[in-house]
Amino acid sequence: MPQKILIPLYGREVAPRFDLAAEAVFVTLNTDQHDRQEKLVVLPQVSAEKLCHMILTEGMDTVICGGIEEEYYQYLTWKRIAVYDGVIGPWEKALERLICGALRSGDIITASPEADTDAG
Amino acid sequence: MHEITGLFDHPIALDRILDEIPTGVVILDKNRRIRYMNRAVSALTGYTPDQARGVACHSIIKSQVCLKDCPVKQMNKDTGSICVQSDLINRDRQRVPIRITAAPLTDTSGELSGYMETIEDIRSYAQSGPNMGRAFSFAKMIGKSPGMEKVFRMLPMVAQNESSVLITGETGTGKDLAAEAIHESSGRGKGPFVKINCGALPETLLESELFGHQKGAFTGAVENKPGRFRLAHNGTLYLTEIGDLPLALQVKLLTFLDDKIVYPLGGTRGHEVNVRMIAGTHRDLEQMVREGKFRKDLLYRLNVVRVHLPPLRERGEDIRLLMDHFRNMFTAEFGKKIEGFSNEALMLLKNYTYPGNVRELRNIIEYAVNVCQAERIDLSDLPAYLVETEEQTGNRETLYVPSAPADSGLAGGEQNPPDSWAETEKRMIIDALIKAGGRRNKAAAILGWGRSTLWRKIKQYNIE
Repeated sequence: MPQKILIPLYGREVAPRFDLAAEAVFVTLNTDQHDRQEKLVVLPQVSAEKLCHMILTEGMDTVICGGIEEEYYQYLTWKRIAVYDGVIGPWEKALERLICGALRSGDIITASPEADTDAG
Repeated sequence: MHEITGLFDHPIALDRILDEIPTGVVILDKNRRIRYMNRAVSALTGYTPDQARGVACHSIIKSQVCLKDCPVKQMNKDTGSICVQSDLINRDRQRVPIRITAAPLTDTSGELSGYMETIEDIRSYAQSGPNMGRAFSFAKMIGKSPGMEKVFRMLPMVAQNESSVLITGETGTGKDLAAEAIHESSGRGKGPFVKINCGALPETLLESELFGHQKGAFTGAVENKPGRFRLAHNGTLYLTEIGDLPLALQVKLLTFLDDKIVYPLGGTRGHEVNVRMIAGTHRDLEQMVREGKFRKDLLYRLNVVRVHLPPLRERGEDIRLLMDHFRNMFTAEFGKKIEGFSNEALMLLKNYTYPGNVRELRNIIEYAVNVCQAERIDLSDLPAYLVETEEQTGNRETLYVPSAPADSGLAGGEQNPPDSWAETEKRMIIDALIKAGGRRNKAAAILGWGRSTLWRKIKQYNIE
């Protein structure tokens, strides 16, 4: 059965705050995990409740996010959704880690400290 | 290890200085990536300085303002410091209200090198929106009338000792708030505040609720229950509607007040508890003592310190203060833009007698804010019973019943003012019957009631 993953976004990064994410990416991984479909969605409203509702109605089974409040985390896990929270870094890299089975809550996947890029 | 040079003969360790500061300090480079953060920020966010180094500030701090309107983004070397309030979500998944102050850092030649942010945890005194920085208030109570100023002067003093307190005042005057304020300002503020309504439970249940019971004490007592007195250990027990406490329990309460030991129902062993007692009532306990409904010795035991809350009709300018307070509160809550009251609505609200006191005023304003579609609350936005009363009496001044200021506190209790709601309602019914020429159907229509309601009220008020 394909795995459905939702990642709230802040630009190219995993959104630092679940409740403030304005867009999200829906990823569908086929059973062999080599074939994947991605769909970028602009959320109709910035709201943790609405996002939780969307996660359930879209039948997601995994969420990769940044900071999330305890009540929403508990709600999603109670609904049997795997939540990797506190993840920092580009969403594609976080997804790759998930596919490799190496993603953990609280992972910081970021550019090297020396990178002279603006923080966004 | 970071160093400060030039201040003393030898370089000094920056990290050690900043780690001793209780306020969070974050130093960012020009790209708003974290170069350094102190121990206070680690405690607040849950990230260690090593984890945070080189990571974008918004990913570690996770504050709302960083993501929506970063205060540092628009800064240059000449910008002064910026202070904003926001919140963050830490690694423990807690939302924490914070205050961020950001300022640019420049090198010795004045060129921008980075930024510094201080982050304060304002959980202890953060209150949302309209409740913040409220003047003329104590805890959640508001007022500037002489009567309330007297109460505000008294409450902090009362809070500092351990004496039993009796709070009197009509319904809706804020007895519960006063009890909470005393508890929170006292040394027991961190302990439990347990409230029980003596009028809400039947006698047998109340006894078990207050004093607890042993397993098997009565049918249905399948396990030991500690009771509210023991739950309030090291805190405050607030008995509201103490006037409704049955006589049998009054004796038991009196015994507790004397020796501070709780004997659960069916138990043989007493439990010593350290509880401060606050009692509240809208009844006239002296009158109840005269009628033999309340024990004199219990009254003397409770009446060590008495706080009397004046009714709203005696609080003059507080009515306007409270009107604006509730309007601000509800407009913020309902997301409306209501800037004030029309003159007519203002007159009516200022001259109404408020038999339900602050609670009634609060409900009126909540209704008005709900209904109001304009920028000002008008007569048509007020509950119909207010406007109808106004129309039928035809004279606003007659509704206002000034009375002597609150006395030493012994005048508490429920003495109905001359223009109580019951009398006003009775007068409304009579006026409607006169207008309708005695026809009850028509009178009921004028009042906006059903015929059976009118019939019941006529019977209730003995209107012939």
